[in-house]
Amino acid sequence: MTTAERTEAEHDTGRGAGLTPLTPLTPLAVPATRAEGCPFDPAPGVERARREEPVTRATLWDGSTCWLVTRHQDVREVLGDPRFSADATRPGFPFLTAGGRELATVKPTFIRQDDPEHARLRRMLTAEFMVKKVEAMRPEVQRLADGLLDRMTAGRDSADLVAEFALPLPSLVICLLLGVPYDDHKFFQERSGLLLSLRSTAEEVRTAQEDLRRYLTRLAESKRRDPDDGIISRLVARGELDDEEVSSMGRLLLIAGHETTANMTALSTLALLRNPDQLKRLRADPSLVKGAVEELLRYLTIIHNGLPRVATEDVTIGGRTIRAGEGVLCTLNSANRDDGVFPGGDALDVGRDARRHIAFGFGVHQCLGQPLARVELQIAVETLLRRLPGLRLAIPFEDVRFRHDMGIYGVHALPVAW
Amino acid sequence: MRVHIDQEKCCGAGSCVLSAPEVFDQREEDGIVVLLDAEPPAGLHDAVHEAVAICPAAAISVEQADRAGRV
Ligand code: SF4
Repeated sequence: MTTAERTEAEHDTGRGAGLTPLTPLTPLAVPATRAEGCPFDPAPGVERARREEPVTRATLWDGSTCWLVTRHQDVREVLGDPRFSADATRPGFPFLTAGGRELATVKPTFIRQDDPEHARLRRMLTAEFMVKKVEAMRPEVQRLADGLLDRMTAGRDSADLVAEFALPLPSLVICLLLGVPYDDHKFFQERSGLLLSLRSTAEEVRTAQEDLRRYLTRLAESKRRDPDDGIISRLVARGELDDEEVSSMGRLLLIAGHETTANMTALSTLALLRNPDQLKRLRADPSLVKGAVEELLRYLTIIHNGLPRVATEDVTIGGRTIRAGEGVLCTLNSANRDDGVFPGGDALDVGRDARRHIAFGFGVHQCLGQPLARVELQIAVETLLRRLPGLRLAIPFEDVRFRHDMGIYGVHALPVAW
Repeated sequence: MRVHIDQEKCCGAGSCVLSAPEVFDQREEDGIVVLLDAEPPAGLHDAVHEAVAICPAAAISVEQADRAGRV
């Protein structure tokens, strides 16, 4: 996924605010918790906003207000318009958590910068994630997926799919790509979890960030002395960035590479198990897998609290004038349920043409790693269904722990049997 | 149909290559879009329109031919 926008979530760590009922005079409280009834659906207030007042006011955890943009076309307009800035140091920028505001005080990576600086830095990475290059990795990703499933199923008939497959697969792949030792995965997975938790304090976020910064700076130094063929070594070799800058890019890619695909894999599996008719269709016709992955990206939209921007000029969106200096949150999950673009969008339909979804964001910050995310997800879903024909949930659905407390949605664990 | 690309705008996310690999590719050095076929045959027009619609950076545009087939 973006490697870039995937990590929007790095800042999208919001304290789990309660939901205020939407009336014309009461601004919606964000981040809002997803539906109680169906945990795959966007928060009810956000859905209602899209139907009744698609560009509306919202109240953030710290009492500040911003605009909430909820429809597909309006979200695309905001994210595609350079008059909306991604620069978190601008006054009026909407933060979803105290931790997010804390991170804005340190030197930002390019996801929190605007062009031309953003483009300059991003272009150092675009070749690494281009379609051809990532497609060439298919055999390697397949080998890793098979190895994990071999281990998971050896002599057993149940396991936690998150711990044994969904998380280690993208983790192994991104470590390989970056040149980060996978043996250290406990260390960086814990830190990235803290950075993404809505419950982390500013202090916890600062410490986790500092730990990762030091770790990756040391790694950059060591690649300078002893290069390999990973991305970190190539960034060092370009000579345009110092070790600190390489470190911050590495951190972005590391967090993005873990949290997004891992959660998409586990949540996709669960969504298919909850929709047995769709699962059956997919098993009967594996040629549907590519399209099904797009549909799952649309239906689940794990970057679920919205992408933050701030207006640099007065701009009219969906008939409302957003003034210079006002913050905007673009809710990707409600946009991806927009009936005007995806008829019957609240249903999962693996045969749907869902390519216009914006689960990877939109505009120049759109997920840089999306070709890699697609390959990983396609392989993960296809391999799971093929190798585990009896796959089922090992606990009652009601007992699944959803990540309502994280900037990137998913499940904390997924006990399955086969 | 005549296809135009703007390499300055392109942010290299590659969605166009997935939609219409016969028409779009990415440069080896930096992943920026390259145009393989500026006047793709009719059978590819839908895929090109899809690429225009999903390009996050509005880097692709098309001119339609008039009735005489001129672009
Ligand atoms: S979809 Fe647009 S931004 Fe992405 S590679 Fe193609 S032209 Fe560039």
